[in-house]
Amino acid sequence: MQLHKILVLMLLACAPLPGMTSGQSSPPEDYCQWKVVDYTIAQPLCGLAGDPQRGREIASDGSRGNCLACHQLPIPGIEAYGTIGPPLAGIAARLSVPMIRLRVVDTRNINPVSIMPGFYRDPQLINRPGKAYRGRTFLTAQQVEDVIAYLATLK
Amino acid sequence: MIHLNKGILLCCAVLLAMPLATVLAGEAKSGYEYIKPASRAMQDDDFENPGLLAVERGQVLFNAKQRGAGKTCAACHGADGAGLNAGNIARYPVYNEDAAEIVTLQKRISRCREQNTGSKSLPADHPDLVDLETFVRNRAIGEAVNVQTDGPVAELLEAGKQLYNTRFGLIDMACYHCHEMYPGQMIRGQKISQGQANGFPAYRLGTGEITNLHQRIQQCLTLMRAEPFAADSAEIRSLGLYIMSRSNGLPIETPAVRY
Repeated sequence: MQLHKILVLMLLACAPLPGMTSGQSSPPEDYCQWKVVDYTIAQPLCGLAGDPQRGREIASDGSRGNCLACHQLPIPGIEAYGTIGPPLAGIAARLSVPMIRLRVVDTRNINPVSIMPGFYRDPQLINRPGKAYRGRTFLTAQQVEDVIAYLATLK
Repeated sequence: MIHLNKGILLCCAVLLAMPLATVLAGEAKSGYEYIKPASRAMQDDDFENPGLLAVERGQVLFNAKQRGAGKTCAACHGADGAGLNAGNIARYPVYNEDAAEIVTLQKRISRCREQNTGSKSLPADHPDLVDLETFVRNRAIGEAVNVQTDGPVAELLEAGKQLYNTRFGLIDMACYHCHEMYPGQMIRGQKISQGQANGFPAYRLGTGEITNLHQRIQQCLTLMRAEPFAADSAEIRSLGLYIMSRSNGLPIETPAVRY
């Protein structure tokens, strides 16, 4: 009986939860509040520091940031870019980091009808999220800060 | 001088207004105009279009007695659906006043099948029903989509429009974001279409399957990381009706080839 229980538990532990894809296997992180002042978010999310190299990978990864779906990025070797949003080459010469942060976190504070997803919106504001995505932000706070750190290098 | 200035102003106004008016009028364009030339060629060639396999499967089901059935669809509607009316097919989804509900072409086929042939009931979007729907819709190829938009259906149509303009899922986009604001733009390697329904059921290159409009809506919602509406739910019927009404006037292309 005891052995039986242990076996069942082991099986359960190995079985992936339905609807989960790579990067979603961990439970949702605690959501950090952020504040908009003069169309900027000055403070890094959760006080985290970003890594530009990781940010570049996240930005061009279709299953994570997927910035390329809509924006052109100055990354060699990418075959297809989207044309919905503006090209991002030189973005840091046009916008400060706190201005970039607001646009990545939730650009609807600037344009309420924008097609651009908020990469760090309050999960409670998401309408009808899929089961695997409940309580989650599009990217984690660390991933958002990484992407911002990468965009800050595009001068 | 004043006249000249006025003339120039008028010219400018007309020139500016013309393309704007075309855009604002929202001229409906089939997804055919947005897919790649190779996909268009695939759709146009009956030996290359994989959607024709679904038409053929549907044709077999239509002509043969199905499990538990007393008679065939063809017994009433003619061999290969020769007695079907293309104009009527193009009106779907229709509104049934008695039941106060939207009836899709598949639902009409499904009910007819159960009530008149005595066939075993099948759940919504069962592969056999999608094949039958594809076959029957294909009988009306070239006929202009003609969904009723006034009268008692207007309220359900409005509910569909509301859903069309509502953001869903973690990606938090509404249908209108892609299909009204950005048709013609690229999303990665694919051109965004107006999301017209005249080619559905269509063969999807992205999945390799025949896909009806409701299934396509569900797939789009899943892509938005949203919880899709259930098959045959009131929401998906309203949304499907609204989307089909946007295609009024476009020729039926079933089975289209789409990404």
